[in-house]
Amino acid sequence: MWTWFFQLASPPHFYRMAGSLVPWLLWPALLLILIGSWGGLVLAPADYQQGEGYRIIYVHVPSSYLSMMVYVTMAVAAGIGLIWRIKLAHAVAASCAPVGATFTAAALITGMLWGKPMWGTYWQWEPRLTSELILLFLYFGYMSLRSAFNDLNQSDRASAVLALAGVVNVPIIHFSVVWWAGLHQGPSISKIDAPSIAFEMLWPLLVMILGFTLFFLGVLAMRVRGEVLEREFHARWAQDVLRGANRVEAAG
Amino acid sequence: MNLGLGQLFWVVLQRDLMVAMRRWSDICNPVVFFVLVVSLFPLALSPRAEFLRALAPGVLWIAALLAALLSLNQLFRADIEDGTMEQMLTLPYPLGLVILAKTLAHWLVTGLPVVAVAPMLAITYHLPADAIGVLLLSLLIGTPTLSLLGSIGAALTAGLRQSGVLLALMVGPLMLPVLMLGARATDIALGGDDPTGPLYLLGALLALALSLAPPAAAVAIRISAD
Repeated sequence: MWTWFFQLASPPHFYRMAGSLVPWLLWPALLLILIGSWGGLVLAPADYQQGEGYRIIYVHVPSSYLSMMVYVTMAVAAGIGLIWRIKLAHAVAASCAPVGATFTAAALITGMLWGKPMWGTYWQWEPRLTSELILLFLYFGYMSLRSAFNDLNQSDRASAVLALAGVVNVPIIHFSVVWWAGLHQGPSISKIDAPSIAFEMLWPLLVMILGFTLFFLGVLAMRVRGEVLEREFHARWAQDVLRGANRVEAAG
Repeated sequence: MNLGLGQLFWVVLQRDLMVAMRRWSDICNPVVFFVLVVSLFPLALSPRAEFLRALAPGVLWIAALLAALLSLNQLFRADIEDGTMEQMLTLPYPLGLVILAKTLAHWLVTGLPVVAVAPMLAITYHLPADAIGVLLLSLLIGTPTLSLLGSIGAALTAGLRQSGVLLALMVGPLMLPVLMLGARATDIALGGDDPTGPLYLLGALLALALSLAPPAAAVAIRISAD
C-alpha cells in the first residue's frame, strides 16, 4: 500500500496516471450532466410555488456544494504538503484554487439569477449568498498570495498556511453570517422551505452533483498535470514529455 | 542567559514597546487614519443626528478594522529586514510566544489608541452613553482578535517587497466575523437590548485567536525568513 502511495507522489508516475485517468473522469461527467439536465429540465415537474424558475437549482446547488468541497480539498492538500513536504500535494492545492473560485462565482451568479424571480431582486443579503461571497474573497486572497512570491517553495508553504487559516475560519464565518442575517431578516423573503423534495426533482439533482464532482476531478487532474510539468520543467522526464508533445503537434 | 517563558515574553514586549516609542509616527498614523475615516462619513453623507446615530456602530467598527489592516504591515517587517528575526528564530524557546509578545506590543501601540479615541468620536455621532460603553467593550475585546488574525497575514507577507493591498485582501475576509459581531453588539445596545450574546461570542473568538494565531504566525514567519 505504501509503495503505491509513494509512487503516486512521484511526479512522472502521477503525470502518466492522471493522464490516463482524465478521460475516465470527464466522459462520465459529461454523460451524468447530460442525464441530470434532461431529468431536471424536462422530466421533473414544475414546482407548485416557484413554477419553472426553480430549475436553476440543478446548476446552483452542485456549484455551491463544490465551491466549499474544493476549498476543503485545497486545504487538506495544502496541509499534507506543509506537514510531509510532498510537492505533489502543493501542486494539487495550487490547481484547486482557480477551479474553486470559478465554482464559487458560478454559485453566486446562478444564485443571483434565481433571486430575481423569487425575491424580486438580484441580490439579497441572505446568509448563504453572503458566505458564498466571502468564500470568493478567501479564494482571491489565496491566489494573490500565491502569485506574490517569486520562490515556488516559499509560495507553496505560505499559501498553505493561509489555506489552513481559512479553513478554520470558514465555519466561523458561516455561523456568524447566519447569526447576523437572523437579526434583521429582510421583508418577507419567500424562503424556499423544502422539508421533503419530491423524488422526481431529487434524482436529477443528485446526478448533477455527481457529474459536477467528476467534472471537478477531471479538470483537477488536467490542471495538476500541467502544474507538475511546469514545476519539473528541467527534469529529464518532463523534457521527454515536452519533446513528445512537440512531435505530435508538428505531425498534426 | 536563562530566561523563564514569562520573562522572555516580558523582555520581547518591553523591547518592542521601546522600539515603537522611538518612532512616534508608527503609533500616531493608525489613530489619525481612524479619526479621518470616521470624519469622512458625516461629510459625505449627512450630519443629521439620528442618521449618524444609526450609522455609528458600523462606521466606527469599519474604521477600526481599516486602521488595524493599515498598521499590520509594520508588524514583522523591520525585524525581518534588519535581521532581528533571524536571531529570534534561533532562540531555544517556542517562537509562538515571541510572536504573541510582539503582537501584544503592536496592539498596545496601534490598537489601544484607536479604542481610546473611539468614545470621543462616538460622541460626535450622538451615540448615547450606554451604547458607547458597549462600543468600548466590543472594541476592547475585538481589536486584539484583529491584531492576532493579522499577525498571520503579516508573517506571511513580511518577506515581500509590496504587501499592503495583498495583506488587506488576505486578512480582510478572516476579520469579517469580528466586524459583524462587534458592530452588531453596539447596534443592539443602541436599540436598548441586551448585547451580552455577541460580546460573549467576541470573547470566544479572542480565546480562539489567542490560542491558534501565534503558532500559525510562527510557522508563517519561518517560511518568510527562509
